[in-house]
Amino acid sequence: MTEIKRGGSAVKLKSVAGGFDLDQIREDFPVLRQKPHGRKLVFLDSAASAQKPRAVIDAIRYCYEAEYANVHRGVYWLSERATEAFDGARETVRSFVNAAKTSEIVFVRGATEAINLVASSYGGTFLEAGDEVVISHMEHHSNVVPWQFLRDRQGVLLKVAPINDDGELILDQFEAMLGPRTKLVAITHVANALGTVLPVQDICEMARSRGIRVLIDGCQAVPHTSVDVQALDCDFYVFSGHKLYGPSGIGVLYAREELLKLMPPYQGGGEMIASVTFDKTDYAAPPYKFEAGTPHIAGAIGLGAAVDYVRSIGFEHIAAHESDVLRYGMQRLAQIESLRLIGTARQKAGVISFVLVDVHPHDVGTILDQEGIAVRTGHHCAQPVMDRFGVVSTVRASIGMYNGRDDIDALAKSLNKVKEFFG
Amino acid sequence: MSDLRELYQEIILDHNRRPRNFGVPDQSNRTAKGHNPLCGDIVTVYLLLEKNVVKDIQFEGKGCAISIASASIMTELIIGKTEAEALELFQSFHDFVTGDDAFELADELEELKALSGVRDYPMRVKCATLAWHSMAAALDGDGDTVGTE
Repeated sequence: MTEIKRGGSAVKLKSVAGGFDLDQIREDFPVLRQKPHGRKLVFLDSAASAQKPRAVIDAIRYCYEAEYANVHRGVYWLSERATEAFDGARETVRSFVNAAKTSEIVFVRGATEAINLVASSYGGTFLEAGDEVVISHMEHHSNVVPWQFLRDRQGVLLKVAPINDDGELILDQFEAMLGPRTKLVAITHVANALGTVLPVQDICEMARSRGIRVLIDGCQAVPHTSVDVQALDCDFYVFSGHKLYGPSGIGVLYAREELLKLMPPYQGGGEMIASVTFDKTDYAAPPYKFEAGTPHIAGAIGLGAAVDYVRSIGFEHIAAHESDVLRYGMQRLAQIESLRLIGTARQKAGVISFVLVDVHPHDVGTILDQEGIAVRTGHHCAQPVMDRFGVVSTVRASIGMYNGRDDIDALAKSLNKVKEFFG
Repeated sequence: MSDLRELYQEIILDHNRRPRNFGVPDQSNRTAKGHNPLCGDIVTVYLLLEKNVVKDIQFEGKGCAISIASASIMTELIIGKTEAEALELFQSFHDFVTGDDAFELADELEELKALSGVRDYPMRVKCATLAWHSMAAALDGDGDTVGTE
């Protein structure tokens, strides 16, 4: 009998040799062979959710076929193997963001749950009425609404740092907002609707020098750039697995260990306890204290495989390739008459957002779909950003490592068809 | 592009370019906002209801070609109808865009047939029915924003 190779790490990574091989990368993503409406699939919606490489699919399949059982519970062979794979995924993620310890990596459902966890557990315990949380004008709703809960529940003030017409954070105005009552900055690393890369290193320094905690929403950053939470010196860093070519339903909360020790549990249940009597429960140490219930075992393993895959390609190659495609796309689309780019920051990653004058984004999206092109249309869960730019919604083309200049050409060509159609 | 011509028939493109009864009327006694959470579009419908008959109807807002055209055609059909007739019309249209191909609209609703293409695009049915939901809510007179869910 042949033993199936464990997914992720054991996968042959031909793409590594000789730098970045776009054709090979595309081979690695089976879904790209699909033919929507008989056309070649041009997938430009990775910022909503990225496609999955074979390595991730194989890792999940292997988990269920060969090493699945509940983790941290059984004394039998299969459970030990599952636990080893699950713990291994946590170590992979730790090393991915360069956290000091695996106890600082909490598995959650996604970035949304991570932010809610921090708002509820940290905010609920350490913030008082009149304390301030500073966010930016370009946050995803998931980094707005949990803080509004906190505001409504306990009188915490929510302050919004402004952005300029290019969609960049106005850094001196942001800094001026950091006052004696500011306890937390919750800010995105890369803005999902605009693609703006924020100067998170500067933001962390500004906050830290004033004793202010920082949470960074890294959802749109981790697919494009390497992250070092120790170098950033942030307190919390969150991201979702599914935007990093991993499964949905799994995400990561990084938090400093000393904070996780002080914070109360978010949910109660199994796994998060040390001992339970009807009078009293002692909680497990982090990260388990924050992982009540059976975790998304295959999801964590799939995420580990996704991290291995991305690192095997290498961020130096991914970033160089993607920024070429992004720059080309911005230039190409800027040439289309009556197209308005939304989000023209100097530092950008992964996202081209735009509107066509007199054609609604949903009509654009439907027509592009007929051409096999998948883009996101709507408000991108960032309505305050839409308001800032005076639009209800935009068309967003977002770039993953499997996109190339040819995808941009296809988009530009079809946008001209849209204009003819509605002209 | 032939499939697209099914969805975006000339009647729809025309109503989208030049929506009828578009704007805020001087006189109205019933109004409701419709909100499509998918795209953030909002359509507001203003009715002038006298002795149970729709004397005037106008709408304003932003939306895709499907939602604007549907709203525009709706206003032309609703004027002069009683409250009950207007709601019946909504039901017929709803069944038409969500039901199977066998569902036939009455001949007087010819223009609405231009929206038949929506049936092949489940994501766009909400666009087509947004203004209709608002119209029904305005007749109900609760004045709240209605969704398309």
